[in-house]
Formats: sequence, C-alpha cells, structure tokens
Amino acid sequence: MTLPSPRLRAPNGPPVALHDRAMDNLRYIRETMERSQSFTAVPGLGGVLMGLIALCASLVAVRAPSTVAWVAVWMGAAIVSFAVAVVAMSRKARSAGGKLLAGAGWKFTWNLTPPLLVGALLTLALTRAGATQLLPGAWLLLYGTGVVTGGAFSVRVVPLMGLAFMLSGAAALFVPPGWENAIMAAGFGGLHIVFGIVIWRRHGG
Amino acid sequence: MAAKRESVARSGVEMDRPPAPLGSITGQGAEAGPLELDRLIHERVRLGIVSALAVNGTMPFTDLRGLLGTTDGNLSAHARRLEDAGYVLCHKSFEGRTPHTDFELTPRGRKALRAYLDHMEAIIRATRDSEAGA
Repeated sequence: MTLPSPRLRAPNGPPVALHDRAMDNLRYIRETMERSQSFTAVPGLGGVLMGLIALCASLVAVRAPSTVAWVAVWMGAAIVSFAVAVVAMSRKARSAGGKLLAGAGWKFTWNLTPPLLVGALLTLALTRAGATQLLPGAWLLLYGTGVVTGGAFSVRVVPLMGLAFMLSGAAALFVPPGWENAIMAAGFGGLHIVFGIVIWRRHGG
Repeated sequence: MAAKRESVARSGVEMDRPPAPLGSITGQGAEAGPLELDRLIHERVRLGIVSALAVNGTMPFTDLRGLLGTTDGNLSAHARRLEDAGYVLCHKSFEGRTPHTDFELTPRGRKALRAYLDHMEAIIRATRDSEAGA
C-alpha cells in the first residue's frame, strides 16, 4: 500500500523553497483525496479466488448424479467461498491497519448478510418444492442485491459488480433448462474473476 | 497547474474562484492571522484528515488510521485539535461492546481547507510571476 508521503522529499537536506513546499502540500492533499476514494474493504484477490472456486464447482456440478447432489455441490462451493472471503477481507483490513468488522468492512458485511440468509432459506424451500431450476436465478439476484447495498458505501465498481450479478440472476430465471451450470459459471465464476481483478489492481488489493 | 486544480476540485473541494494574490492572503482558521498559514491544518496528519473528509464527508477512525498510516494515539491527538477548532465533529457510539468513532468535516473545516488550497496556489503563482518578471 502506497501511503501519501508524510513529509517533504528531503527533510534534512538543503532548505526547501516556499513554492516547492506549497506544491508538495497540494500533491499530498490530492494523493490523500484519491486514496480515500479508491480504498474498498472488498478484497479483489479474494474475489478472483471465489470465481475460480465457482468455475471448479460448475465442472463438478455438471456431473452431479441427482438434483440434491447438484445443490450440495454448490452449497459446498458457497461455504468454501465464504471462508475465502472472510480470510481475504481480514487480510485486506489488516494491511490497512484496521479490523475485519470495523469501518467499511463492517458496513459491507452488515448489508450483505441479510440477502445471504434469505438465499439459504429459499434454497431449502425451493429444493423441497422441487423447483431447483429457480435456484441459480435466486442465488445470483440475492447475492447481487447484497453487493449493491453493501457497495453503496464503497467505490463505484463494487455496486456495479452487484448490478452485474443481479442482471445475470434475472437472465438465469429465463434461460432454458440445462443452462443452470453455464449461468452459474458465468455469474459466480466470470463476474467474480473480472471484477476481482479490477478491484485487486485499482482498489487496494 | 490547471489540471491539478481540476483534479482537486473533482475530489470534493470546490475551486470556483482564482487564487488571491500572495499579499492579500489571509488565513481562515482559528489559529491563522493575516499573511499566516492556517497552521492548524498545515500539519501533515491534520491536513490528511481534513482532505480525506472533504471527499467522504464522514469516515470511521479505523479507515482514517489505515489511510494515513498513523497510530491510534497520533490520530486521536490531531483529530482532537481539529475538533477543538470546530473543523471536524467526532461521533462516538458502541457496536455491541466495541466503541466506534466516526469523524465528520464541518462547513468551517471545509472552508479552512479551501482557504489553505488558495493559499498554497497563491504562493506558487506568486513565485512563478516573480520568476517570469525577473
């Protein structure tokens, strides 16, 4: 993490001209403003890993012998991804000198949790009702909703990522039977990887 | 210079008037007088606090600490001085048993930062004018 330079370039060197000091101060203000805008508690690298987990899960899920096994594969992937997300958010918060459940990270987690709980409940209900073809749409829509609301306190790319999840979820509700794994791979896999790389490169890791 | 002014303006501080000539600059802060810098926000950590809050309005203590790369005690001390001057407001609360502190920039603090930016730019402009005239 590159912090704004805390002092002039040569504090013990020759006297610094007044206008050089003024330019350095303006540069410091600009850097501080840019950094305060660009930081997000959402971990980009963690997002990439979650995307890779989803791609692996889609390869396994396509060979699932039953609907229940298919749901179990994706539930397992969700649990592993959740663990990855917790570790990645914790690492990113620590690198910024904070804690996982404080500041921006706390706001994001607080807003993401309710849709995830609703998703778990709907998974149970839709599986019991035999309507598992609706699960990809429900999962993507609810996850996207959580990311949009959590990202309202973050940099612009985070709510945009949530919106992309919601759009893929809306599409998943109307795709023909047999496309569930493809839409899951594109949504939880592709979107996580693409947005994860953007956040990783531009917004603090 | 123009690009720099636009960049700062985009970041949340309006720059809607040209910098004053060096001789007419006066500080806007509680500790500033004519031809003096506002020393309250001239200090780097305090300048960082005010700059970050100018963009975000309100920021948690932990986010500011991570952004500025400072310690709890250092940030607290500098924030207290800004609070005493009426430049920032400090909101303390509890989330469960964990204390939570948010800082908010006041209109007085925003005005002080704007005046400080004007002051810095006037210094640069005056220096360039004198170099051009030499």
